[in-house]
Amino acid sequence: MIASVYIELKEGVTDPEGEATKKALHLLGFKNVKKVSSIKVFRIEIDSVSRDEAEKEVIEMCEKLLANPVIHNYRIEWVD
Amino acid sequence: MEKDEIRIAVMRIEGTNCEDESVKAFKALGVYAETVHLKQFYSDFIKEEEMRTIWDYSCIVFPGGFSAGDYVRAGVIFSARLKSVLRKDLEEFIKEGYPVLGICNGFQILVELGALPGFDEDRPIADKPEMALSINDSNRFECRPTFLKHENKGKCIFTRRLKREIVVFPVAHAEGKVTFPMGREEEYLNTLKENDQIVFRYVDKDGNYAGYPWNPNGSYYNIAGICNVKGNVFGLMPHPERAIWKWQLYSDIDLLVENDFWELEGNNEADGLAIFRSIVEYLLKF
Repeated sequence: MIASVYIELKEGVTDPEGEATKKALHLLGFKNVKKVSSIKVFRIEIDSVSRDEAEKEVIEMCEKLLANPVIHNYRIEWVD
Repeated sequence: MEKDEIRIAVMRIEGTNCEDESVKAFKALGVYAETVHLKQFYSDFIKEEEMRTIWDYSCIVFPGGFSAGDYVRAGVIFSARLKSVLRKDLEEFIKEGYPVLGICNGFQILVELGALPGFDEDRPIADKPEMALSINDSNRFECRPTFLKHENKGKCIFTRRLKREIVVFPVAHAEGKVTFPMGREEEYLNTLKENDQIVFRYVDKDGNYAGYPWNPNGSYYNIAGICNVKGNVFGLMPHPERAIWKWQLYSDIDLLVENDFWELEGNNEADGLAIFRSIVEYLLKF
C-alpha cells in the first residue's frame, strides 16, 4: 500500500516560502498568480493487513514526526 | 556538587556542528565537558569505554547545527530519536533539576521534543509539541549579531550570572520564529509571563522592541529564548557560545588590535560566557 501524506500549514500561519515563490512568479511575468502555498508530500509505502490499519499507522506517523500540530494540518491520500 | 564532579555532555548526531565551541565554553570555565554521540547511550556496537548513560552527566547540551540535515523539520529527527531511546531518562533528569540547554538547532530539538515551553512540572516532556519554531518571515537564513534584552526575573538558572540587561549574541538560522497555537497566543504568553519563563527578547540597538531586522525571524512578542516552568530547561535561537570572547564579536581587525581584544583572559570575556558560568555555579550548589 502506498500513501501520499500532505503536510500543509494551517490557515492563518504565514507561509514565507509560498510568498517568496509568488513574488518570483510575478517577477517572471505571471501576473495572474493570486496565491502560492508550499505543501510537503511524503510518499510512504507500507505493509499492512488492511487499509484501515495502515491509515491508523500513518496518522500516528503524522502526529509523531511528519507534522507539528501547532502549525500543520495533514491529509492522507492512498495512491495504491 | 564539587567542581571536579561536574560532567557536561554536548550531544551530537550527524549534522550537529556547534558541539566543539560549546565544549570549549565549558572548558574555559575549568569544568569537564565532552561531545557524546546519541548512539553511545544505546547502541550495542559501541566500545565499552565509550558507553554512557544520562546519569554519567550533570548537564545535557543540545548544540547548534543541522541535525539530520534539517529534514522533515529542523530538530524533529533528533527529537524522535531521543524520544525512542532516552525519553524516560531525560524526563527523570529534568525532574531531578539537572540543567538542559538547547542552542539554535538545540532549541528546535527541545521544542519538537515537547520539553519547551514545558508548562507541566510533573511531565516535563509533553506528548506533542506545544509550540513551533517556524520558517523566518524573511524566508532567509538570518546570520548576524542580534541585540537581546534579558527579561527573566530569576527563574531561569542559565542567566543568573548575566551582568548586563542588553547583550549581543549572533543568530544563524532559517527556522526560528516562535509560534504558538493560532488564536491561543495571548493565553500562552500570559502563562509564560506568570511563570517567569521568558528569558530573552529581540530589541534594537537602543534596547527598544522592534521588528525586522532587529527581530530576525518574526518571533511572537520578539521572543528569542524561553525556559521551562522549573527554570532548568532553556532554549534560545541566538548562539551564546559564539559570544564568549570579545574577539568573536568584532570583524574589525583595527578595533581588535586597538582594544587588545585578542587575549583569552581579563576583560576580553563577552556576555555569552555568563550563560555557561550560570550553569556551573548552579551545579556547584546542586
